[in-house]
Amino acid sequence: MNETRAQRSGPIERPLSPHLQVYRPLINMMMSIVHRMTGAALYFGTLLLAWWLTAAATSEHYFNFVSAIFGSLPGRIVLIGYTWALLHHMLGGLRHFLWDTGRGYDLKTIDRLSWGTLILSLALTALIWLKPLTGFGVTP
Amino acid sequence: MTTKSTMRTPLKNVRHLGSAKEGADHFVMQRMTGAANAVLGLFLVWLIAHLAGANWTTARTELHNPFIALGLLLLMVSGCIHMRLGMQVIIEDYIHGEGAKLALLALNTLFAILIGAASVFAILKLSFGA
Repeated sequence: MNETRAQRSGPIERPLSPHLQVYRPLINMMMSIVHRMTGAALYFGTLLLAWWLTAAATSEHYFNFVSAIFGSLPGRIVLIGYTWALLHHMLGGLRHFLWDTGRGYDLKTIDRLSWGTLILSLALTALIWLKPLTGFGVTP
Repeated sequence: MTTKSTMRTPLKNVRHLGSAKEGADHFVMQRMTGAANAVLGLFLVWLIAHLAGANWTTARTELHNPFIALGLLLLMVSGCIHMRLGMQVIIEDYIHGEGAKLALLALNTLFAILIGAASVFAILKLSFGA
């Protein structure tokens, strides 16, 4: 605090409760944050899906243009990131369904479920992209 | 939210006003569309990997398939409802200015409707084979 109370012109902002910075990061807390982040990413990712569908319904020329963007290196990274976000958000959602029933609240289970969403989402993403990535770019 | 210097919490301002009588709808709808998306999302992940790098003819043939078209239609409708509800919570959590919040909530609804309508139109056009 550099300024004294007398020097302040505005109202005094008092914190209502401690926020994230006072806690040591835990896996369930990180996966909760990632769940919201992947949700927000998917929100904008849906725009890409709508774009691709619209392109397919427009013309061959425009479809090839959009396809080339998705087939480029940054495009592929975005697509892989999108599928990972989708799988992670989905697994996080299933975990929330379990918690909605009042089950799975002991600390050990919470930790396992949190690590599970991360590991399983990465494994499934790798599994899904293994085949297409090796064949990617064969068709123009 | 009050800007005057005060020891009162925002809870004090709303106590005894009763509930907004619509929280459960939001919760239930988010779960219902979430459950649908869990199934339809797996289908989408498969479709993306399946059609990655596909040319125009292949993509159109696949999207012409009624099962794929139906899956995509359901996904886009359920997905757009789900993402609108989710983004609404994010906006309400982080945007505290009344004007900005209202504007963003309206934009959120507009975005979901536009994305949903454009996708549904494209899927139907592809499926009916125009």
